Amino acid sequence: MQTLVAYVENKPGVLNRVASLARRLAINIDSLTVGPTENEEIARMTVVAHTDERGAHRLEASLEKLVDVLLAENISNRALLERDLALIKVAADQQNRPHLMELIKVFRARVVDVAPESLIIEVSGTVDKIDGLLEVLRPFGVLEMARTGRIAMTRGSDLLQPPLSETESTALEPAGSSRK
Amino acid sequence: MKLTGAEILCDALTRLGVHEIFGYPGGAILPVYDALGKSKLHHVLVRHEQGATHMADGYARASGGVGVAMATSGPGATNMVTGIATAMLDSSPVVCVTGQVSSKVLGSDAFQEIDITGITMPITKHNVVVTRAEDVARTIREAFVIAKSGRPGPVLVDITKDAQQATAEFDWNACAPNLPPKRIRNNHDQAEFDRAVELLNTAKRPVVLAGHGIMVSGAMPAFEQFIRAGNYPVAMTLLGIGCFPAKDPLNLGMMGMHGEAWVNHAIQEADLLIAVGMRFDDRVTGDLRTYAKNARKIHIEIDRAEINKNVKVDAALVGDAREALENLTPHIQTRDHSAWIRHINELKGDSAVRDIQSLPDTGHLYAAHVINDLWKETHGEAIVVTDVGQHQMWEAQYYHHNRPRTLITSGGLGTMGFALPAGIGAKFAKPDSEVWVVVGDGGFQMTMSELATIVQEKINLKIAIINNGYLGMVRQWQEFFYAKRYVATPLVAPDFVALANAFGIRAERITTRAEVSPGIRAARDAAETVLLDFRVEQEDSVYPMVPAGASLHDMIRRPHNPLVETASDT
Repeated sequence: MQTLVAYVENKPGVLNRVASLARRLAINIDSLTVGPTENEEIARMTVVAHTDERGAHRLEASLEKLVDVLLAENISNRALLERDLALIKVAADQQNRPHLMELIKVFRARVVDVAPESLIIEVSGTVDKIDGLLEVLRPFGVLEMARTGRIAMTRGSDLLQPPLSETESTALEPAGSSRK
Repeated sequence: MKLTGAEILCDALTRLGVHEIFGYPGGAILPVYDALGKSKLHHVLVRHEQGATHMADGYARASGGVGVAMATSGPGATNMVTGIATAMLDSSPVVCVTGQVSSKVLGSDAFQEIDITGITMPITKHNVVVTRAEDVARTIREAFVIAKSGRPGPVLVDITKDAQQATAEFDWNACAPNLPPKRIRNNHDQAEFDRAVELLNTAKRPVVLAGHGIMVSGAMPAFEQFIRAGNYPVAMTLLGIGCFPAKDPLNLGMMGMHGEAWVNHAIQEADLLIAVGMRFDDRVTGDLRTYAKNARKIHIEIDRAEINKNVKVDAALVGDAREALENLTPHIQTRDHSAWIRHINELKGDSAVRDIQSLPDTGHLYAAHVINDLWKETHGEAIVVTDVGQHQMWEAQYYHHNRPRTLITSGGLGTMGFALPAGIGAKFAKPDSEVWVVVGDGGFQMTMSELATIVQEKINLKIAIINNGYLGMVRQWQEFFYAKRYVATPLVAPDFVALANAFGIRAERITTRAEVSPGIRAARDAAETVLLDFRVEQEDSVYPMVPAGASLHDMIRRPHNPLVETASDT
């Protein structure tokens, strides 16, 4: 599994281009998250793909060839923080509710909605942690689940910021189809 | 100054240096055509939009500039798809302008509405929908920049009818390209560079693999200096042909599936491959597990995504070919490879005996003879535009190109029907050059309607149909790999001479070797388009051949007595 971060133009169709590219390269995307950045014109994507390092290189380089992708970087081998968020609706009655609350506490999840026959649990963390919680909740009856997919960020001073300045490429305009 | 979107488009195209537009009108692009009529641009009316894209492609490849194709929405746009994909696979800078239904009805399945940007997303370098007149000029300028910069490719600009009709303030200086800011990668990796220099100076058996990128980058002089400095033998990819003179003793010829045997053997025996502006396509490498196993590899390539894609390399220099070669050349110290070159020449000797050119004239007309005579008669100076198949490979083998951009062919996509329209485009790009279209009887029948375009435009093109009554390359595969079961490859064709005459084009049928040169000479002397229908040996095959998936050294060679092997003329 390889994790890539991309900064893209925040405009319609870009997500389609990114997804279409991965499909064309026959790379299976495990999760893809998109969200705004502090600059409203730029969105940040985290792509987790089922591929090896070579495939990730190809995806990274091919992504960066897209006009609307400002930067793409494979951060799989760097010190990074990965987070996934899930909302899980689980069946809960009077009897098993205390037991359930206990488990939720262990996983540092929280209950965000309580109904007579169910609870909604919100949990964030690594994929392993959420998968672990899911595993123990399953016997109670998972009624519904929504997961965000991973977001990732490199740690400490290892900054990954979108390029902002004008580039050389925008300055160059070919003379066009001149006859020689 | 207030202008309509259509007028802005025509004005912008003119300012970008466009002279010809290859296109076909229709409802959703009519405002642009109205503006075209008032502009200085010359519109070439094609007979099918695929032809328009191939013409723009041929124009781009012959001129080194950008070719422009135009079509209406819906079927006009979808007809362009094959031509766009052809340009994409061969990194050709083509800008396609399509009309689109009005922005108010977008998404309603209106008459002739189709999501052409959705369709062409994977086969364009970039595409965009324009819905406002004020965005037309900037978008078209950006399209030219994208098409031409870095690794070139096709760009499609889809303009809604209301954007063509609406008026907007037009100020050229205020609509400069404004593309998203990109991270500028520092491509000069000193460690990779040092490794490349070390490999260059320690190699005993180097071979340079020369690709299309040399031409795209305009690196021909830098490439020649590099070759001279290291005294390197050069193998060509199909699209690389012309970037280094064929007459140069260091030019070995074409590599790959139908490459010369000595070239493929040299690659397999090499201890260093220096790949410049090429992408290790499967038609070039054969089985990757056995490809150049003893060789270290240096890869000079502008597209980072091509590095280590098919072949793992030891040193990758990402960037412009000219720049990389200019940086490397001063560091070359070792240039004595005479023993190695002598060895390659010995390999060559064996092949020459088998060569069809060495066979006596027994009354059989071989395609190779036709191509070879064409080369001799045109002194190797013509621009040759080929289609796809056997004749394409024979052209690459027997027409020796000494100058860049004189062989124009569909390599990556292998698009039949390419030659005639691309030849028309090349002629517009180089009106003073002799342009020959070399095409099979199969491919010709795919786009032969463009003969009418030739007549309407009064251009002087020479067309050589290599007519063997088969879809020859597919027939060859059936002969080799499907026990001669010729399913769907025998091909009925019209009388091409009568057909050409019906269009008002002069034509001649040629059936013997003795008629070839006089026929070519007469065609060259004519100040008009001439079509020559060469009736060649029906069941001849292209040799050598590396079967798909086989090792590069594992070639099917020409039988020593091919006349026994092939059927009689009909």
